[in-house]
Amino acid sequence: MAKRIAVETTLNGEETVFLCEPRQTLLEALRDNLGLIGSKEGCGNGNCGACNVILDGVLVNSCLVLAPEIEGRSVVTIEGIAEDGVLHPLQQKFLEHASLQCGICTPGFIVSAKALLDDNPAPNEYDVRLWLAGNLCRCTGYDKIVRAVLDVAENDA
Amino acid sequence: MQAFDFVAPTSVDEAVSALAAGGGRARPLSGGTDLIAQLQEGRLALDTVVDVKRIPELMAISISDDGLTLGASVACQSINANQAIRDAYPALIDSTHLIGGTQIQGRASIGGNLCNSSPAADSIPNLIAHSVTCHIAGPNGRRSVAAEDFCTGPGRNVLANGEFLVAIEFPAPPANFGAAYLRFIPRNEMDIAVVGAGASVVLSDDKSTIQSARVALGAVAPTPLFVQEAGDSLAGQPVSEETLAKAADLAREAAKPISDMRGTIPQRKHLSAVLTQRALRIAIDRARGTKTVDELGRLNGHG
Repeated sequence: MAKRIAVETTLNGEETVFLCEPRQTLLEALRDNLGLIGSKEGCGNGNCGACNVILDGVLVNSCLVLAPEIEGRSVVTIEGIAEDGVLHPLQQKFLEHASLQCGICTPGFIVSAKALLDDNPAPNEYDVRLWLAGNLCRCTGYDKIVRAVLDVAENDA
Repeated sequence: MQAFDFVAPTSVDEAVSALAAGGGRARPLSGGTDLIAQLQEGRLALDTVVDVKRIPELMAISISDDGLTLGASVACQSINANQAIRDAYPALIDSTHLIGGTQIQGRASIGGNLCNSSPAADSIPNLIAHSVTCHIAGPNGRRSVAAEDFCTGPGRNVLANGEFLVAIEFPAPPANFGAAYLRFIPRNEMDIAVVGAGASVVLSDDKSTIQSARVALGAVAPTPLFVQEAGDSLAGQPVSEETLAKAADLAREAAKPISDMRGTIPQRKHLSAVLTQRALRIAIDRARGTKTVDELGRLNGHG
């Protein structure tokens, strides 16, 4: 087995050091090494978006990042979206609009939507649907998710 | 995933050493959207992964009157966000907007798309249409290859042991230049091209005559296909539907597709002609300054 690597990173705003094997993905390191199990493995190959995190301000699939790659970089996961125990407006609106059923895709959608609103605080429906096209949900039919995101966008605008 | 070593060199020379030391079992890692997926699925077995994104040259964007040099690992998202590139090379944005979704574009690079060497790669017909030069580093120093000569088969290319792609260089667009990339997929987003077509033109100063043109197709041959005869047929010809249709016929004849789950041979040959003609029209509109990247974005189904 290859030697384990110590990785120093900023994780949800906190300086963090963890050990990983070079072959581990960021998703595996988050879930198995760091106990952050909010990010989900849906497909494991970049198709479904359930593992999405924000890496140095850019939305990425954590299943397609090797854990050692994040040395010195900044990662925001679903666990970093709420602040001081208060739900982020996206999380609140997902609840109000019933934008989830089984919930597996939800962390990825919320992280993706957060990255969208950081990039464009007032997206229209087309912008939202295009941005979220790489997130798959097999329960909701997407409509309630899109409405929740638009509701937050309108409140911010 | 099976075990491998991970190194992240900060210079081209270190990367060459690491890749050469690994023989055929070391590979450069850029965005990982192909490489890590292939490792996950066991389609690729490696001893060493060489993350090249800490090498400044691979992450650099340099745009000037001399052209555009893109580090091989620059992510599509960085290209999409660069207004100077959007203004000068709108056809490049055609490709970077439709490779995967938002989170794939955050990692996937044009250099990686080229080195993955899929016959259906969405950037390569575009690179060929733009007469791009690929800059390669290796144990014997640097060399350069034209984009149309880079791929040698499905998943195969000219890179030898220890070599890797450092940058791709777009020449400065000449006066009255326009280009476009179009692909056909049976859905709106997130799919692999059934056929893709890249085209570029240089028009006369009065914009009524085509001085030169280049056409390239994706997903109709074992490699992205430079259809030189289609572009050459347009040289010196007036801008008209008849001349474009002739070039489109040549593209259809050049296409040597297979039938598979994405499309049949007759469908792909038909699409080769249709997409060539449409891409040429858009390239001409852009050369005339009458079509913006955003208008084409909508044609491709992108906001």
